[in-house]
Amino acid sequence: MTDPLLPPKRKDPLKNTMMGHVAPASRSRAAKAMAARAAQGRLVLQSCATCARVTYPPRDRCPTCWGPLDWTDQPTGAVVLAETTIRATTDKFFRDHLPWRIGTVRMDAGPTAIVHLHGDVAVGEAVEMTLKLDRGGNPALFALPVKETPNMQDDPQLRVFTASPKHRRVLVTDGRTALGQETARALLQAGAQVVFLGNSDRLMRYNGQPEIEAEAGVEPVTLRVTDSRSVQELAAQLGGRIDVVVNTALHTRAGTVAFGGKLTDLQEAMDVEVSGLMRLAQAFGPALSARSGDGVNAAAAFVDVASIYGLTGNPGFAGMAASAAARMTLLHGFRHEMQQTGIRVMSILTGPIDDGWHQSVPPPKVTPAQIARAIVQALEAGQEQTCVGDIAKNLMARWQDDPLLTVREENQ
Amino acid sequence: MSASVLAQMATALASGKVKCVDLTNTLSPDFPVIVLPAEFGQCAPFRMEKLSRYDDNGPAWYWNNISMNEHTGTHFDAPAHWVTGRDLPSNTVDALPVQDFVAPAAVIDISAESAAHADFVLTRAHLENWEAQHGKIPPKHWIALRTDWYKRVGTAGYLNLLEDGAHSPGPDAGAMEFLVHDRDCIGLAVETVGTDAGQAVHFNPPFPAHSILHGNGRYGLQCLTNLDQLPTFGALIVACPLKIEGGSGSPLRVIAMIESV
Amino acid sequence: MRKPASYDGVVVCAPVTVPYVRFSPETAHWWTGAALFALAEKTGLRPADIDGFCFSSFSAQPDTVVGVVQHLGLSPRWMDHIPTGGASGVMALRRAARAVQAGDAEVVACVAADTNQIESFRQNLTMFSRFSQDATYPYGFGGPNATFALMTDNYMREFGVTRETFAKLCVAQRANALSNPYALMKTPLTVDQYMNARPISDPVHLFDCVMPCAGAEAFLVTTPEKAAELGLSSANIRATIERHNAFAEDPVQTRGGWVRDIDTLWQAADRQPSDMDTVQVYDDYPVIVSMQLEDLGFCAKGGIAGFVAANEFTIDGTLPLNTNGGQLSAGQAGAAGGFQNMTEALRQILHQPLGDQVPDARQALVSGFGLVNYDRGVCTGAAVLQVGDLR
Repeated sequence: MTDPLLPPKRKDPLKNTMMGHVAPASRSRAAKAMAARAAQGRLVLQSCATCARVTYPPRDRCPTCWGPLDWTDQPTGAVVLAETTIRATTDKFFRDHLPWRIGTVRMDAGPTAIVHLHGDVAVGEAVEMTLKLDRGGNPALFALPVKETPNMQDDPQLRVFTASPKHRRVLVTDGRTALGQETARALLQAGAQVVFLGNSDRLMRYNGQPEIEAEAGVEPVTLRVTDSRSVQELAAQLGGRIDVVVNTALHTRAGTVAFGGKLTDLQEAMDVEVSGLMRLAQAFGPALSARSGDGVNAAAAFVDVASIYGLTGNPGFAGMAASAAARMTLLHGFRHEMQQTGIRVMSILTGPIDDGWHQSVPPPKVTPAQIARAIVQALEAGQEQTCVGDIAKNLMARWQDDPLLTVREENQ
Repeated sequence: MSASVLAQMATALASGKVKCVDLTNTLSPDFPVIVLPAEFGQCAPFRMEKLSRYDDNGPAWYWNNISMNEHTGTHFDAPAHWVTGRDLPSNTVDALPVQDFVAPAAVIDISAESAAHADFVLTRAHLENWEAQHGKIPPKHWIALRTDWYKRVGTAGYLNLLEDGAHSPGPDAGAMEFLVHDRDCIGLAVETVGTDAGQAVHFNPPFPAHSILHGNGRYGLQCLTNLDQLPTFGALIVACPLKIEGGSGSPLRVIAMIESV
Repeated sequence: MRKPASYDGVVVCAPVTVPYVRFSPETAHWWTGAALFALAEKTGLRPADIDGFCFSSFSAQPDTVVGVVQHLGLSPRWMDHIPTGGASGVMALRRAARAVQAGDAEVVACVAADTNQIESFRQNLTMFSRFSQDATYPYGFGGPNATFALMTDNYMREFGVTRETFAKLCVAQRANALSNPYALMKTPLTVDQYMNARPISDPVHLFDCVMPCAGAEAFLVTTPEKAAELGLSSANIRATIERHNAFAEDPVQTRGGWVRDIDTLWQAADRQPSDMDTVQVYDDYPVIVSMQLEDLGFCAKGGIAGFVAANEFTIDGTLPLNTNGGQLSAGQAGAAGGFQNMTEALRQILHQPLGDQVPDARQALVSGFGLVNYDRGVCTGAAVLQVGDLR
């Protein structure tokens, strides 16, 4: 039985804030390959290309025939064979989270594994295996109940592997767009305590402003991601009270590279999407890091929305794709830095959004509401990378399969 | 007798008999810029990136990189800024005669009319009526339109951008023809974000201030403050745009010298 | 498959223990040298006299046996590095014995040594093995306590074993430790204390766990002639076995590699379990003691509860077990934990005990177990020793 998560009390100013720790992070290359798939929400194990045997822990050749191994998606069923509740540890992270329950499971895929257990599963029961990432970016097998149990998300061990918006205070960087507004709504619906909604120009109205500002739980704040001082001032005032940052700032303009493209559009896109990301990272990174262990609403995540075309380029939106690419690459570095302090940096990659800047693009397009839902789902699952909509999912799959071919195809 | 005149001026400045009045808004990231229709390139707002401030990037010094459009904040428009002035000789800021940078001003007070009606249009008739009361506008003067609009800086009412566009006072074609051809003005100096009225896109011709000023090699000054401190006649405006190679205008410090009473 | 050769022409002598300390600022090299120093005191051997060296340690990095050999001034014509923890004593014995038999070496010093500093335990765990780094310790970082707790939980469910069975083993070993001057645990343990101890990782409680410490253990493998020349009491090896990564398909470990070769051991030794005067098994946890007693043939798999109830494991009992107190009561000095059962077995049958003497001890069974590379002990080994000449 999982107790529902109670909203956090206001902090006692005389008490030290609990530091967030990260469990030891050294892993083999094969384990990192597992993490790369966990980042996409896939439950994978290695299977032998020669004899099809499925094996775990991650290794480099098949233990049955020494054949080469591939990471393949696996059925999620398993049975719990044994369990233990750890009450003593020398590790700083787990010490703050004792007692901690783990178990040995036999996976339907074949291997047995030592896994984290949800509080509602017991020895002898069938479970649903998921592959998550811990806050250091390393793969973590987690056994969940097969059927959803009451308050399942609130399990204290599960909450460590997710960045649920429930009871948390979220900053959405650009509320002037439908994307920002839908994201704010979706976060509040998912239980966020408050959404600070960024507005780059408080003196200039925007579509949907009266409606979104009237929503209970929305607090407008001035935030210009192109202005270092604005970002720093907001972080100085609010940084310690923000648990999740969702960066929805995008700058989309049609244009080519050489023939009729506007350099000023590219420059602005870089300033909004790339320099803007760096400003946000510098201003909010330390504040989030300092609170990654701070109780029920510990700082948990930085979510960044970017165009999937950062992977390949896009002939109609060349400047936008270039800034998306730079943004993604910057985010890789940011993610690694934040893994040292236990804050998850998440990517939401989207195809063309159904807004005024994409009118020349034929369907399918992604609605702001779809992206907003994807953001909430990613936070609730703790999933590092999410592709929204058919175009993004398809492009990611093709790009993973043959990156250079996909780049050629996309730029024709 | 130039030396003596200047010497007198220097003495007057030192004693305060001649006062300098700052007509310039502070250049900051908060200062609004003109907003154009979405399909066009937008005027970049002022931005500052600290390079160092007595720190590891520069231990003994403080300096910033700044970026902006030529028409950000309190700024000067050169004739090259408008299509009608494109072919005039010496039409860019670096080529203008510096003699023009110090010039007297005639201050036309339309603050009451502007308060009553944001879209107040200054007409030739209004100017003729004004001259009947205050005297003829001499040649080679800045025509400064005092609207007290500068007091709206920091509020939505400064740009006053509603669903059907911006609403702020400005001249019509008739007024501009009069000021340029009949009164040989140096240029138009305003407190609003543009020399033209907010709704001037709908005038005939559109944007008559820009069109007629710059088509005739005259200048514009925008986003001024403190015009309400100037006398109707007698103020000397100092407005030196940056010497930007091929520039269409520039942000600048504008001051007025007035004789204190 | 050929039968394993006998161990003629080889003897084991000079069991040496360097007294354990809880924390030591010294290095594994210091402890290794201390063991060799003690060996020299007992045997008169100098570095030049030792022509074979077998080494086991967890804390000598970045050195292996190579660095240690140069560090301590040895110049052997045979050497081996055995990083196999709890199984390293039996495995060292086997390798050294064959080298001596074949004439590749004449005087082989087998040493296991480890230091222990405040940070040692946590640091060793983070770099213990690739599989544990990837797939064990990230899950709660409970260390071996958690891994063996899972095994214990499963064992108790599958075979109906209760904590009371484990209690009796631990209490007996503690009683045995009380006569061992080097044992770190110095007070008696009652069943009540065992049962009421605080949980560490359910169902493993405080007295199921060893105390990590610094220390060293060593013994000599040589020819009977050399032993006589040096005036050393010596023991003979009747038979040995070794098996690694056995039963990999068992979902949770309930048996070790001994099961596959136990018949070979007793046949080659021409003995049976009941012939043993004392048994020294690897005791990181009582569940592993239980597993060894079953797998080595003292009772059927799953029959440990009845076997424990029917026997006494004290030095004067029906089956003297881990007579120095074992690791559970004497302390676990890293890899030396895998040697301490060998040296204790030798001491008992050579009648040079540290503490109390098992009456008329002549034959001993030694069993080794370890490492837990992922979720189970990979290495196993066992040896049947018999007294040779007492000098």
